[in-house]
Amino acid sequence: MKLRLGPQPLEWIDRNVSVTFDFEGKRVTGFEGDVVTSALWAEGWKVLGRSFKYHRRRGLMSFANHDINALFQTAEMPNVRGDVTPAKNGLSLTAVNTFGSLENDKGALVEWIAKFLPVGFYYRAFYSPKFLFPKWERLIREMAGLGKINTNWSEERQPKRYRHCDVAIIGAGASGMAAAIQAAKQGVDVCLIDENPFIGGSLDYQFANQRSQSLNRQYLKETVASLPNIQVITSAYVAGYYGDHWLAVNTDQGLIKLSAQSVVVATGVFEQPAVFRNNDLPGVMNASAAQRLMARYAVAPCNAGVVLTANHEGYRAALDMHENGLIVKAILDTGKTEGVWVDEAKKAGIVVYEQVTPIEALGSREVEGFIFGLNGMEHRLDCDGILMSVGWAPAGAPLYQAGAKFGYEPEVQQLIPVSLPDGVFACGRVNGVYVMEDRIKDGEQAGLAAALHVKGDAIPEWKDFRDGVAHSHPYPIWQHPKGKEFVDFDEDIQVKDLKGAIAQGFDNIELMKRFSTIGMGPSQGKHSNMNGIRMLAKLTGKTIDETGSTTARPMFHPTPVSHLAGMRFRPERVTPMQLFHEEAKACFMEAGNWLRPEYYPTEATREDSIKAEVSAVRNAVGLVDVSTLGKLEIFGRDAAELMDRLYTMRMSNMAIGASRYALMVDDAGVLIDDGVAVRFSDEHFYVTTTTSTSDSAYRMIQKKVIEWNLMVTVLNRTGQIGAMNVAGPNSRKVLSKLTAFGLSNDNFPYLASRQAKLAGVDVTMIRVGFVGELGYEIHVDASNALMVWDAIMNAGKEFGIKPFGVEAQRLLRLEKGHIIVGQDTDGLTNPFEANMSWAVHFKKPYFLGKPSLMKLKQMQTRTLVGFELLSDAEKDQPLESNLLIEGKEMVGRVTSIGQSDTLKKVIGLAMVSTEYSAEGQELNIKLSDGRLVKAKVVKTPFYDPEGWLQKSNEGSGEAA
Amino acid sequence: MPLRLLKYAWKKPEDEPRFFPSEKPLKEAYDVVIIGGGGHGMACAYYLAKEHGITNVAVLEQGYIGGGNTGRNTTIVRSNYLTAEGVKFYDESLSLFEDLSDDFDLNIFYSTRGHFTLAHTDSAMRTMRWRAEVNKHYGIDSEVVDVETIQKEVPYMDMTCNGQHPVMGALYHAPGSVARHDAVAWGYARGAQMRGVEIHQKTKVMDIKTKGGKVVGVETDRGFVEAKKVISAVAGSTPRITEMLDIKTPIEIFPLQACVTEPVKPFMDTIVVSGSLHVYVSQSSRGELVMGASVDPAELHSTRSTLDFVEGLTDQMMDLFPFTSRMKIMRQWAGMADITPDFAPIMGKTDIEGFYLDAGWGTWGFKATPVSGKTMAYTVANDRPHELIKPFALSRYEDFKLVGEKGAASVGH
Repeated sequence: MKLRLGPQPLEWIDRNVSVTFDFEGKRVTGFEGDVVTSALWAEGWKVLGRSFKYHRRRGLMSFANHDINALFQTAEMPNVRGDVTPAKNGLSLTAVNTFGSLENDKGALVEWIAKFLPVGFYYRAFYSPKFLFPKWERLIREMAGLGKINTNWSEERQPKRYRHCDVAIIGAGASGMAAAIQAAKQGVDVCLIDENPFIGGSLDYQFANQRSQSLNRQYLKETVASLPNIQVITSAYVAGYYGDHWLAVNTDQGLIKLSAQSVVVATGVFEQPAVFRNNDLPGVMNASAAQRLMARYAVAPCNAGVVLTANHEGYRAALDMHENGLIVKAILDTGKTEGVWVDEAKKAGIVVYEQVTPIEALGSREVEGFIFGLNGMEHRLDCDGILMSVGWAPAGAPLYQAGAKFGYEPEVQQLIPVSLPDGVFACGRVNGVYVMEDRIKDGEQAGLAAALHVKGDAIPEWKDFRDGVAHSHPYPIWQHPKGKEFVDFDEDIQVKDLKGAIAQGFDNIELMKRFSTIGMGPSQGKHSNMNGIRMLAKLTGKTIDETGSTTARPMFHPTPVSHLAGMRFRPERVTPMQLFHEEAKACFMEAGNWLRPEYYPTEATREDSIKAEVSAVRNAVGLVDVSTLGKLEIFGRDAAELMDRLYTMRMSNMAIGASRYALMVDDAGVLIDDGVAVRFSDEHFYVTTTTSTSDSAYRMIQKKVIEWNLMVTVLNRTGQIGAMNVAGPNSRKVLSKLTAFGLSNDNFPYLASRQAKLAGVDVTMIRVGFVGELGYEIHVDASNALMVWDAIMNAGKEFGIKPFGVEAQRLLRLEKGHIIVGQDTDGLTNPFEANMSWAVHFKKPYFLGKPSLMKLKQMQTRTLVGFELLSDAEKDQPLESNLLIEGKEMVGRVTSIGQSDTLKKVIGLAMVSTEYSAEGQELNIKLSDGRLVKAKVVKTPFYDPEGWLQKSNEGSGEAA
Repeated sequence: MPLRLLKYAWKKPEDEPRFFPSEKPLKEAYDVVIIGGGGHGMACAYYLAKEHGITNVAVLEQGYIGGGNTGRNTTIVRSNYLTAEGVKFYDESLSLFEDLSDDFDLNIFYSTRGHFTLAHTDSAMRTMRWRAEVNKHYGIDSEVVDVETIQKEVPYMDMTCNGQHPVMGALYHAPGSVARHDAVAWGYARGAQMRGVEIHQKTKVMDIKTKGGKVVGVETDRGFVEAKKVISAVAGSTPRITEMLDIKTPIEIFPLQACVTEPVKPFMDTIVVSGSLHVYVSQSSRGELVMGASVDPAELHSTRSTLDFVEGLTDQMMDLFPFTSRMKIMRQWAGMADITPDFAPIMGKTDIEGFYLDAGWGTWGFKATPVSGKTMAYTVANDRPHELIKPFALSRYEDFKLVGEKGAASVGH
């Protein structure tokens, strides 16, 4: 193991357990606790991937969950991140986006023609001639993209968990731990979240060898562990910060939806690379990446390296190398840094050059040397690694998402939060505080403030713990005449690309991003946005604040679809009669979430079965399950008033025990629902809605009750009540066997409703006529519904009873010319167009949609008509939605159509321009293949136009 | 290697002419001020200059070019609408789109992918057939296809939808396309600017001044600007503009959200939309799956993202594409959609002389970018509504002449 170091004080690996996996077809051995990248690096694999555009060799750079150039493919997953994926036995990985192999990548040819491919080159070509664009696009698409999808992969879903806490703390570094302790001491419940498998943050890598910090480390970790009201959630990141402190916390085991009352953001900073020529060579890495590699995995970043630094943190990294017996060829300070670590490094004998200008990293496959400028001279150092420590950018995404504003603080040369929303606090390095002791103090004040916020207590004055020292270089960008200074490693964006974009007028931060694609790759700008902002500010002569930054949107890291989706929970609703339907082997159809029998396959074919059902209703008796209808109970002092306002017909004058058609329109006068209303008492109504509108109608009515300030209670009883319709000439005979209640026309006339005992239980019966026969709609408690249904089926045997489904019902109602709202109506149909002016009672002072209907009545342009087909129906039966044509114009469309055995005709309903709606008018229906067939407007109802059958041979009129 | 790229061997991209000019002071007066530097505003400026010779025009944009819904939509272009008015209008848009790259000398990546609108219910099948019949009547390539045909084109889609609400058929629209949304705005902006139009970013309109029922100018955060004609093309910010003039519109603002996955190699060539599942998806040329759903359930003037949205979308998405469970969501965002009751836009003149409205674009504004610009430019230049937009006049809400595009527009991106 070439680069594996001896034991480190805080290492995460278990040297007693080795793991073996395959990378690019070669065997790799590491230790339990390694991530893929650390195991590879330990064995000397420095080329871990190829870059996005030029296919340049790339290694490890940030090692902080956004090393996009160490992105791997497995048979099970695309885009596996080497810097966070545990090395496991049996893994088999290849680099993504190579053509051939990692070693032999034909994609690298792109670099040869790179000068023809400047920033945004794809906007400049490939569109002419037009017919070639699809080929170019295919090529460009094949070159883009990273991992590969296998469309045969099975579905995966991870259950979600819900948690609540008083204070959530994002980030368990020094300041986060201090915040947790301080908050917990106030007695509130704390969740401490960190994306690493262990808490500790930079204390455990940047300060791993800093003996003076061992007491702090011990105190913080032990106290966190000892406080029972701190819940530590590790290997978890906050993917998104949503409204009301609602955090999407992603873990390997799925999403935790965490609701907090107050949040402390202690997410720290992302180290930013220095931008110089060949800064992407394998072996060039952020100093913090090197420190993580050494402290966590005991892997050396290199054997003999240089440290390019603009801050004292770089000196610490050099000391870490030195103390591990690695060679530090020199510390190259871009300025003249002061501090304890600087003194220590010098004391340790490390060569330090100050006021250095980085020029170029050398090497063909990996870093072999570094050229820098000093006192106007170029110098070269041979090395196999370059550590960059030139600055930081706040990991501020959760703060941005929470609504915080950032401003540039020149003292620390960093963006820091300048205004925070209520209940949100920031501490530590994300807040610009760098000195370890101060980070702890900053964390303590944030934790205390968060706890006090939860308690509603006053928060003490906020102290500024920033040390006033710049930890970031104000402009760590050194352009080289030959280019290849990379700003964005995801997207292969060089200095000249951003300059080009800015020069072409994309000089707004968002435009620059969108044109150059900086920050648009999988790391979402974590290592590139800050340098991009610095460049834009400098080139446009603006300040960083004037330049602004792009919006940090969820997700913090790309988050698995399987976690966000969670378990599939799509309820399926069945009626109380489901057992019967299943036993009868009904063929089901979906109606919203409901399952409804479409028909019962009693005959050889679907058509014959439906015919038999229709025939039973017309000639004997049928039973249909209508439990899916929406059922609302409305009661209270203003119940009648509410009914009057909701429906187009007057309801307040309805007698107790009567029923009435209930038609509802919206504000624009558009027909949205119909059903039947029943009055139980003066202040108590019961009304049905169509199956599909039950939820929306209930929601809307509740809203209206509040809006109109009425004393009414509305109950949605849809699921509590089963309903069925017994219809057909024999229906009265069947029910008579089951009830002592008088069913004669005198006692129970057409359109009346009655409460009675049927089959021994309380039911509500309504004499309705949807299918045009003597019929009773029976509403009964869901628990008794199946029993009542079975009783009716048994009682009906001798009268030829048959259950019927939705299809037969559709045809039966069509024969009666009854509309189905949503099928025979569209998004603009009003009652006049649907021939229902009889259902609009303008004499009421107000009802929903009345003002619109008053106007619409004067300007009707289309009408729903009945038609029968004239030509040979068998061969050319039109379909619903076929158009009606006159000359070249569309004049309407077929809304319903069916072959009526009862009438021996193909009949239908059509919405046509009113000028073609007169009885006897010939219509041309355009079939889907373009041919025309003829039809004729006829009067509806098609069947039993006077309604004698449903009224049971009696005069009309509402009864009570 | 296309010849057009060869020039970069000796020419740097920064030597190309600027797309957009650097900041400069506002003039005192313009013939036309366009509020809103998105696709629609830029297209209007472009056609005003190109087709009507009106170049003393300023486009005022409070943020940056194309930063509103132009840069937030999911880039789908199609014309398979439901009403005669809609079909004619969007068909014109589509044919303009096809030539934009050449017009602009800029590749907008107009990529014809084919567009499936899935039907999972009887009633959806009826709506699809209705749309297909209307489309075919007007010569649009649009048809209802069965499950087998869909499966052949999209073999990796689970037509059973996990056993619930299986796919029953679809409306297939072969010309359905995607395009690089930003480039459309940039192309129009550059074309307009080359013809003399001024573009002022980070310039916010605070008020619109009138005298005797006529527009006289706009008050901006950079001072007053005289203008005889003012056009508002600000999508989700429309209420803030119409309030300045006490114009009442039925527009309500609903957030519309979208998200993308990490990029992967191309596997999806078609655009798939399911109204029942509230999912629409296509794969961008960068390799990301670009996905959206219907608008948020409640009115809100905000572009905040919600967790509900990604949760719901990913969950439903898996019914169609189970393997996407192994992908990762990279970024989500939201725009403000200005929705009208009949799901058709509001375009043309208003009661205030010299004030023109281009609004009510809801969730389908991108696909109308070229035609809205062209017809608005005509309307402004002639002070008379273009034939294609007559049905979309604001007055239709008082005259009860709604357009009824709901069946084709509500989730059908």
